[in-house]
Amino acid sequence: MAAPYAKLPAWVDYGLIPLINVTVAFLVAGLVVLLVGENPVRAAQLLVQGAFGSGDGIGYTLFYATNFIFTGLCMAVAFHCSLFNIGGEGQAYVGGLGVAIVCLAFDSVFPWWINLPLATIMAALTGALWALIPAWLQATRGSHVVITTIMFNFIAASLMVYLLVGPLKPVGSMAPETRTFAEGAQLPRLDWMLEMFGLTIRSAPLNITFLLALAAAFGVWVLIWRTRLGYEIRTMGFSPTAARYAGINQTKVIVIAMMVSGAMAGMMALNPVMGDQTRLQMNFVAGAGFVGIAVALMGRSHPAGIIPAAILFGMLYQGGAELSFEMPTISRDMIVIIQGLVILFAGALEHMFRPTIARMFHMAGGGTLKPTPQPGE
Amino acid sequence: MGMFETLILILDSTVRLAIPLMFAALAGLYSERSGIFDIGLEGKMLAAAFAGAAAAAVYGSAWIGLFFAIIVSTALALVHGFASITHRGNQIVSGVAINFIAAGTTIILGQAWFRQGGRTPALSAEGSRFTAIDLPFAEAVRDVPVLGLVYSELISGHSILVYLAFAAVPFTWWVLFRTRFGLRLRAVGENPGAVDTAGISVTWLRYRAVMCTGILCGFAGAYLAVAQNAGFVKDMTAGKGFIALAALIFAKWKPVPVMFACLLFGFLDAVAIRFAGIDIGLFEVPPQFMQSLPYILTVVLLAGFIGKAIPPKAGGQPYVKER
Repeated sequence: MAAPYAKLPAWVDYGLIPLINVTVAFLVAGLVVLLVGENPVRAAQLLVQGAFGSGDGIGYTLFYATNFIFTGLCMAVAFHCSLFNIGGEGQAYVGGLGVAIVCLAFDSVFPWWINLPLATIMAALTGALWALIPAWLQATRGSHVVITTIMFNFIAASLMVYLLVGPLKPVGSMAPETRTFAEGAQLPRLDWMLEMFGLTIRSAPLNITFLLALAAAFGVWVLIWRTRLGYEIRTMGFSPTAARYAGINQTKVIVIAMMVSGAMAGMMALNPVMGDQTRLQMNFVAGAGFVGIAVALMGRSHPAGIIPAAILFGMLYQGGAELSFEMPTISRDMIVIIQGLVILFAGALEHMFRPTIARMFHMAGGGTLKPTPQPGE
Repeated sequence: MGMFETLILILDSTVRLAIPLMFAALAGLYSERSGIFDIGLEGKMLAAAFAGAAAAAVYGSAWIGLFFAIIVSTALALVHGFASITHRGNQIVSGVAINFIAAGTTIILGQAWFRQGGRTPALSAEGSRFTAIDLPFAEAVRDVPVLGLVYSELISGHSILVYLAFAAVPFTWWVLFRTRFGLRLRAVGENPGAVDTAGISVTWLRYRAVMCTGILCGFAGAYLAVAQNAGFVKDMTAGKGFIALAALIFAKWKPVPVMFACLLFGFLDAVAIRFAGIDIGLFEVPPQFMQSLPYILTVVLLAGFIGKAIPPKAGGQPYVKER
């Protein structure tokens, strides 16, 4: 992305400024807490305690973080190609369809360790397919991918409602969901992993998808920074003109980047559908696709930033649920505000404090403002 | 009930459903024509609906409700302007942020202030809601065949905001195409450099455009919560801001086509609400398909298969003044 401002040392660019932005977002969120008549410091304490105070708390935190790693990666891959894929929500929703098809077909045929790769492939495939049309239209006909992916979110919602109240619903059932999957399509929990640290888990649905998410994060890092395709994606994102002069096939790069992005979103469906609910439910994505926007912006579109950002949002989700027991006026919707504020300050207003910080550096260090090579680029 | 009465009823609900879209799409028109993309229409509308309903409930006046709706919506529009004009931030990101902030804040504040599960108190007091206005002779001509019913059901019996929405269409056209402000606003969306060269402030012009957006979104939200319904329910916009955005694109960023696009999308919604499924002989069209038709049509249009939707040229790009 072109930075129309003076260069700063890398640690300021990638460490200090994002940190300041996120801190401001949380301070403003604290003002909202104050406005509804509660103590923000106490709220923050309860939140952290709810998220990390018990084995179950940590289990839930990482369970939610799993969703957000996937959707954060979804946004990040698109960001690197300077595409804004708002459709993560819809792609994850349709990804759930891919998971459900495999599970409903093979749950009493294969054990989970065969069904998991099958479902992963189908989830990635359906998610990628849902991104294909917007990608193709952006690449060949110039239709803005933001608008088309928003439209596809709504189309996905209608499609899934139609399927869940119709063809996918078992006969005689009233609830808009599929039947519960048999054991062959239920993923093993990761209780042992937390037990290694001396934690006990009773109900937290943390499952093997968490490890898959970490693997996906590594995969995205390899793809973006260590392959030719990733180089092409980044070139395209940095300057489409340069990419064209370099002989990069723009249509191909846009379509592939969007499909990888959609595949990441689609794979998110594994976690709630196969790992927790063991059936396909209406609205199971529950906004995780949009949280991905905040996660990717906060993590600066780098897997090493996305994982902590996803855990932070997992903490907000889990801690927020606990917090609302103690402070009923602060329901879980507080997280939506925090999410919005993080997107605002770490995304849209990311340059707000930059001139001030640059000036402070100038006054403090004088001539130390040489452009430094930036890691990870 | 005869075919004709059914049709009139559907058209009547078409109008009701199209009004919030019309206000919001016209709102987006000002912003986008000036080169500021706005996908935060949804959030501004939601915040305005909440502010309007809350103020109308507290002060017992629909007009005070409308006033607060406009204030809150304009404040959010200015946040969008601050991020995307002053700080040259990404306009899409800023719009997304505003949607979330509005979605969360309305629920948290609603619960904290009124403790009714995110609702505002029902607007039952006299004057706290925009009620239907019966145009003169509406009852008298009801029995006149065809035209009587059209006049008394379709044209008469709406709230003042409905008539204002229809008035806003020619007004917007006049502002954009017949005033100096409109000319400059369109110019700044196509070529801000030229406007700057002419000695006109790009920043101030764009700020005025987003303020227009805020005001009209205020009307849209007030209509939802203080006229169409008697109070605020959480997430009551339910994607209407995005349908309005679709209508704006569908209408190729022109005021009069915006009205028709909104009426079309309102009609699709009305039909989907009225009929559970439509039998077209071979198979039944599910209502979900009708509901998603506005989105599908917009994608098809964007793909360039029904004419070409060309957005304002400078849309989405922050303007950097040369030094």
